[in-house]
Parts: sequence; structure tokens; C-alpha cells
Amino acid sequence: MHGQAVRTPLTGRTGPYFGGFGGRFIPEALVAALEELDAAYRDALSDPDFMARLDELHRTYVGRPSVITEAPRFARHAGGARILLKREDLNHTGAHKINNAMGQALLTLQMGKTRVIAETGAGQHGVATATAAALLGLDAVVYMGEVDMRRQELNVVRMRLLGAEVIPVTSGSRTLKDAMNEAMRDWVTNVENTHYLIGSAAGPHPFPTMVRAFQQVIGEEARRQVLALAGRLPDVVCACVGGGSNAIGIFHAFLDDPEVELVGLEAGGDGVETGRHAASVSGGALGILHGNRTYVLQDAHGQTMESHSISAGLDYPGVGPQHAWLHDIGRARYRPVDDAAAMEAFALLCRTEGIIPAIESAHALAGAIQEGRRLGPDGIVLVNLSGRGDKDVDTAARYFGLLEEGSGS
Amino acid sequence: MSARATIEQARREGRAALIGYLPVGFPDVATSVAAMRAMVAGGVDVVEVGLPYSDPLMDGPLIQRATEAALAGGVTPADGLTAVREVAAPALVMTYWTLVDRYGVARFAADLAAAGGAGAITPDLIPDEAAAWHAAADDHGLDRVHLVAPTSTPERLTLAARSSRGFLYAASLMGVTGERDVVSTTAKDLVARAKEVTDLPVCVGLGVGTGTQAAEVAAFADGVIVGSAFVRALMDAPDPASGVAAVEAVARELAAGVRKPSGVEA
Repeated sequence: MHGQAVRTPLTGRTGPYFGGFGGRFIPEALVAALEELDAAYRDALSDPDFMARLDELHRTYVGRPSVITEAPRFARHAGGARILLKREDLNHTGAHKINNAMGQALLTLQMGKTRVIAETGAGQHGVATATAAALLGLDAVVYMGEVDMRRQELNVVRMRLLGAEVIPVTSGSRTLKDAMNEAMRDWVTNVENTHYLIGSAAGPHPFPTMVRAFQQVIGEEARRQVLALAGRLPDVVCACVGGGSNAIGIFHAFLDDPEVELVGLEAGGDGVETGRHAASVSGGALGILHGNRTYVLQDAHGQTMESHSISAGLDYPGVGPQHAWLHDIGRARYRPVDDAAAMEAFALLCRTEGIIPAIESAHALAGAIQEGRRLGPDGIVLVNLSGRGDKDVDTAARYFGLLEEGSGS
Repeated sequence: MSARATIEQARREGRAALIGYLPVGFPDVATSVAAMRAMVAGGVDVVEVGLPYSDPLMDGPLIQRATEAALAGGVTPADGLTAVREVAAPALVMTYWTLVDRYGVARFAADLAAAGGAGAITPDLIPDEAAAWHAAADDHGLDRVHLVAPTSTPERLTLAARSSRGFLYAASLMGVTGERDVVSTTAKDLVARAKEVTDLPVCVGLGVGTGTQAAEVAAFADGVIVGSAFVRALMDAPDPASGVAAVEAVARELAAGVRKPSGVEA
């Protein structure tokens, strides 16, 4: 069983290092801002007023707690195991990203800053940031790779409707990693009035820990909900992993339950063996990216390689440092799900349960199918359904050929 | 000669040192090395050999374009060591840390020393994360240049100064690399604050591109660091040979600038 070798509580880890991962590899110019942020978020988490305000927003605006939906018809394809979906897709704006965006936007007010910037891949974090900024009266600028703007057009429009400025990023691979580079450049220039609202559990300390702190509500709710529903903890928790914020959010509450297996599903793209993938743990090497030491897709000289995935939100060549560490100590397992398997799970959930998942989350569903088959009818698999798939209908239409005459019957 | 000795020699001559940056491999390795040599011929005292990196989050659009082109041409860190070997001046490698991390810190220090390099400037390696580099640099007598910024507290200025050898790099404004119309007003203040905590030479980078600006900075700093103006000279040239000549001309203008500091020294 995973995790039994590790005796100290895993939930107590707050960085800056997770084993040999994490840290701060950033320009000196940003150190002061990171120190300020570190102090501010720690204060906030122990400030009853801040936490009450966040809790109120969760209940009255985001729609928390998100429900658990059992998926019995889907489960028939997953060895008959009980499949329980944590419905982060039902949050306002349609994904887990709002949990973190709301927390950091409140923190921005607390720090006396007036402007937030963000990077986005699928657009979900950008939409969440634009939403929180609109609600709280902050200026918002979102950096998005040109390639991603094309494949997630709907979210570009949503961000603009919400009053955010969306800036296309045309450097490098024109995807999430380049958007993050551009946001960092903005931050170092405007740090005095600007907070960089990082969406993933990555970046320099304290971002990985802070983002986890704002996402861990997912696992805290789910743990209670599964206990109430099933009378015991799940055997396996599945979540998709790009940078890894939804995964660390649901894993965290179970870290010190050694009987619960934690499985992170990375984007396998065309297959890890083809080199065209985004599976940083399964197919990467130790390196530094965006301010932290972690597993990175890089070549023999340390240059970051382009990642590939049908899912824009997982198309990132690094992974949060806490995931790298959980992999190293064997507490969580990470494995790739290729595009085809993810799209098969995507279609299956649509037709068996009437839920269109985000393609990101479909990777977790594909993992759940495998885990369910392994466990059989006595097993319980909890899946983080991290987002809804409205933004992905174009991609799905093209993938399945649904816009052709007579298709989809 | 070490970078510090060269900068102090300039000071004895009553001027600031001129430090020039170019990324290796742009437009190709041979031209970039020729341009670095031309920089020295034109009056650059210390050369910064930049190693192109795929995610240069501290660089503005101009250097990004140059380093992207260099990477497309297949440049590697080993080409940087070749450049170090061939420039006839103290040379420091300027690199994002992940490249050294991948190369191997000890091996990098050994190979850099063997190539005759003076040391390295590490813009995204703060002293807090630099234990392995400090040890390796010490083993090979290499300079280790850290940066300070306008937002650095007195404690962080002290930490950076204590952690540095060769000189201290004052990143004079909040932002990325690239020329600016006016020299940042924060530069002079930052240098003064740094001078309070260290005897190391303090050199100013970010935003300096003309002889006039060099003269302005030379009035209060021990060295003037210029990058984008050299890169632009190469980029705007119709062919490699005229690019190298343009780099030398830029160096001459800047070298004249550091020899006639403008303004009154505080």
C-alpha cells in the first residue's frame, strides 16, 4: 500500500520545499512581492474575518459545497465499481478554478493592490479570474497563448464580456507555458499595484502551497460526502494533472489516509512513447520551470520541450512541486491517459450520465475506468470532475465528426 | 583577468567599465562570437555570454527574438563555452539556472573555468537557492554575480553582496531587458544603497542603450551593462559582416560614454 513508509502527517507540509522540489528560482526583483504574499496568505488563513468572507462567497456565489453524483451507468463500463463524481463542474464559471481565483482575489484586496494578472490555457482560470475581478472591482489582464485562444474561443469571449483584457501571447509554443512567461514579465514590471493570480499549484513559493490551500476545500468536502454516502473512504481518488491544482485540491484531505490510493492522470497526448504528450511526471526529467524545481519536459540541454494534448488545460510541460514529491515518496501514482482514451471517457460520460465533462476531467474519468476494472464491484472510486465541457464542444465536434451530415446517430 | 580586477582598473583610469551582453548563437555561433570579439575591439571591458533558453521570462521581446532564433539554429550551452574561450576579455556566462542544473553544477563550473571564463551571472538564481553553485564556483575560483533590484530590502542587498564575487549587478528598474528612452531614476538610488553594504563594484544593467545614457550611469556606477543595443545592431543588419561592424560601432559610442560621465557624482 502506498504511503505507509511515510510517518509524519503529509497534510502539514507548507513548502517552500517538498523534498527536493519547489523553491524559488526567480529574479531578485520579485522576492519582496513573494515575501509579502507569503505573509499575507498565512495571515488570511488564520484571520476569521477573511475566512468567513471566503466561506460566504463559496456558499452564496460559487455554489459550494459542490455535490457528489454517483454514476451507475458509467460504472458498468468501469468494472461495476461505485464511481462517485465530485461535481466541481457545477461551480459558478464551470470549474474548480474559481475556488483559487476567489481566494487570491480577496487576498489582492487585502494587500491593497488593484490589478490582477493571470495566465490561462483552457481559459477556465482566466474566466475565473475575470469573474472574481469583476465581482470585487479589480482590473484584470489575462495572458493566453494564441494557439489556445483559437481552440478555446468561447472562453476568450467570456473573459472579455466580464471586462478582462485578454492579451494573445505569440512567443514560443504560444500555449500555457508562454502565457505564464508573459505574465511573469508583466508582474516584474508592475508588481507594485499588481498581483499575479497563478491558477495552478505551480510557480515559485508560496504559490504551490497557497493554491493548494484555496483548493483543498474540494477534498475536505468530498471526504465528508463519501463517508456519509458510502460509510467509508474511497479506495481510489482520481484527478487529472496538468499543473495539478484540482488534483492537489482533492488529494490533500486524503494524504494521511494511507488506505486511500491517489491517482493523478496526466495528459498522454499521442502517447508518451511518441514524445508528443504533456506527462511531466511520467515522461519528464528533473528541472526548473516557472520558478520551481520539479519534473519538466525538457531536452538533453535543459530546454523546455513543447507539450501536446487535446486538452488545452493540461497542455503544460511542468507539474506542481508537491505532485513531484508525492510521486517520489510513492504516496500518489501518476500515469498518462492518451487523447483517444480521454475522448472515449468523455463520450461515455455524456451518453451514460448526461454530463458533458471538460476534456481535462475526461482524463480522470479514463483513469477511473481502469481503476474500477481493477477493483471490481466492491471498489469505490472518487473522481474529481474538475470542469464542464461546454468550452470543448468545438474540439469534440471535430474529433467525433459531429457536424457532418447524418452524424451522431 | 577577473571581472573585478578589470572593473577596478577602469576605475583607476577614472571611468566606469563597459560590460556588453550578447547571446551566443545569434544569428549563428560564428557570427555571435565574432560580434563579441568586435565588442571588445570597440571598447567593451567585460563580456557577458548569454545562453539562450526556451523560457526567458526576464527578457523583453528583442532578446527573446534573438534567443528563439539561436535555439532554432541548435545552439547549446557548449557553444557558450566556445564563445568564452574565444573572446579576448574577461567573460562571464549569463544564464537561466535550469540550463546549469541540467548540465550539472560542478561540471559546469569545471568546464567554465577550463574555458578561461571569469564566472557566471545568475539572474534567476537568488542566493537563497545557490549553495551548490557557490561551492562549485569556489572550487574553481569563479566569479558569482547575483542581482539586486529596486525592491531589494537592506537585508537582501547585504545577502546578495555577501553572496557575490566579481561585482554586484544592479538591475536598475522593475521590468525586463530592453532599451528605454530614459535611464531609470531608481538606478542611482539602488547603487547608493548597494554601496552602503558592500565594497564590491556595483554595475548597472537594464535599459541602457546609448552613449549619453552610458555617460549618465557612469557618473554613479562602477560599470555600465548593455545588452539589447548590441542585439539590435546584429538584428537590424542586412548581413552578418555588417552586423559585426555595427556591434563594434555601438561599443565605440558606449565606450566614449563611460569615459565622459555626465552629471555630478554624488
